[in-house]
Amino acid sequence: MSGKAWKYGDNVDTDLLAPGAYMKGPVEELAKHCLEAIDLEFAPNVQPGDVIVAGRNFGIGSSREQAAEVLVLLGVKAVIAKSFGGIFYRNAFNLGLLALVADAGADIQAGHELDLDPASGTITNTTTGAQIAAEPVPEHLRRIVAAGGLVPYLEQKLEKHS
Amino acid sequence: MSMTLAEKIIAKAAGQESVRAGEIVTCNVDLAMIHDSGGPRRVKPVLERLGVKVWDAKKVVVISDHFVPAVDQQSAAILKLTRDWVKDQEIEGFYDQQGICHVVLPERGHLKPGMFVVGGDSHSPTGGAFGCYMFGVGATDMAGVLVTGETWIRVPETIRIDWSGTLPRGSSAKDMMLKLCATLGMDGGDYQAVEYTGSTIAGLSMTERMTMSNMAAELGAQAGLIAADGTTADYIRVAGANPDEGTAFAGDEDAAYRMVHKFDASALGPQIAAPDSPANSGPVEDADDAPVDQCYIGACTGAKLEDLHMAAEVLGGRKVASGTRLLLAPASTRVTAAAAADGTLAKLTEAGAILMPSGCGACAGYGAGVLAEGETCMASTARNFKGRMGARSSKVYLGSPYTVAATAVLGRVADPRPFLAENKS
Repeated sequence: MSGKAWKYGDNVDTDLLAPGAYMKGPVEELAKHCLEAIDLEFAPNVQPGDVIVAGRNFGIGSSREQAAEVLVLLGVKAVIAKSFGGIFYRNAFNLGLLALVADAGADIQAGHELDLDPASGTITNTTTGAQIAAEPVPEHLRRIVAAGGLVPYLEQKLEKHS
Repeated sequence: MSMTLAEKIIAKAAGQESVRAGEIVTCNVDLAMIHDSGGPRRVKPVLERLGVKVWDAKKVVVISDHFVPAVDQQSAAILKLTRDWVKDQEIEGFYDQQGICHVVLPERGHLKPGMFVVGGDSHSPTGGAFGCYMFGVGATDMAGVLVTGETWIRVPETIRIDWSGTLPRGSSAKDMMLKLCATLGMDGGDYQAVEYTGSTIAGLSMTERMTMSNMAAELGAQAGLIAADGTTADYIRVAGANPDEGTAFAGDEDAAYRMVHKFDASALGPQIAAPDSPANSGPVEDADDAPVDQCYIGACTGAKLEDLHMAAEVLGGRKVASGTRLLLAPASTRVTAAAAADGTLAKLTEAGAILMPSGCGACAGYGAGVLAEGETCMASTARNFKGRMGARSSKVYLGSPYTVAATAVLGRVADPRPFLAENKS
């Protein structure tokens, strides 16, 4: 799993990720405005497989799970942050977005290529060769991400049993 | 075994004698609350995919407050979908445009002490003011609750915040919370439970306690608890419910608390949060006297009846400055009615306040009252994140209703105390 890093600071909030003005419309439209209040380049240019690297308390604020959903729609594979807002963290996995807890800011610059191993909790900066330790992600959460979120995961499980 | 207030409520919901912080338990949900934004339009597809209805229609409350009243076909369609779904699910607890969910829920007698309540909104900790364990989740987690009547929770540690002393004139619960945001930071709550204790809290009204619990969200806490007492019971009775149907738990003094913070309310003056974070707070004396285009008294945090009373104390007999507009969106239709009955509304509208519908509205940039590029607002709301109330370059300051009112009179960020002193003389 590899991708290019987009780097942001502390307290990236849900209003930045999913601006209220677009909340009543289709989530595909909302995604076009993701992070625009702090970075107009992000939504038009982010590529499938890219990764967000941020500081403390990523996803603080609203419970709107579109904050995680828009990142999934834009192709973001993971968010690496020093810590996460509690509601966002649960929403991320429920929507199929990998959330990795790591203090990676010093070792990753914007545009660096990253390789992620959530099982062991290893982030490899393939641009610099640096290795950064993240908290390993438990197997059941990795399965939810692999299925594309909690609902598809439950569906798969129910199908297997039927 | 000694337990915190949070542990006692969670143990009851989990059907266990006791629980310990750190343990993951599955709890029976006493009540689930959802609104028009994160509710039916998000959970209906999930329930349909799974081919089920809500687990217990009597334990679900639906409140349309985000896209109200409809301003275009998108918001009209969301509100209609909400109405249709409520009917289809045979849910009786439905409040259509009657106010903001966190205020309407207790106002209509749905909260009793000791309940384990899940809300589909991040300001759900407000319910903690009633001695309930109430917390916010996203729509997928909520769909799980609606299907099973259960949810899992990691039993939180409790961070106790003890306030002693009497608030000086012109200070309020909002100032206490801005002080806490500045001191502890927006992750100071660390997704644990905050419990407010002490003589100041005991002396606060229910609506002021709700402001304390509401803004536990801004501390990054999962819940913001206050043990139920006589004040709680009185409020619930007025709301038409029986407080004795609940269980008024209290935390044990020798329970394991992660930490105990102590604050002195008697020394606390008005606080102002500068853009773009509630943690950017400090005493009004240190704030710049920035000119403001708009003042906003609204939201679950700052437009309850007592908030309107505070604003009226400053605005009564005065006028909103020219070049500044004051928008007033009472938190519920009952608040509007009560403020009309006791004369508060007239004081505010005579001063120049523009009366708006009850709803989340401008606070989150959803409805009427949003800001243009470069505009500045002083608001009684909970959050001033960049661009939240409108254009990306707009700026929001936060303060108590006293402070918002004083700012409206002067047209720039202002200290309410000189006005209150003037009233006395």
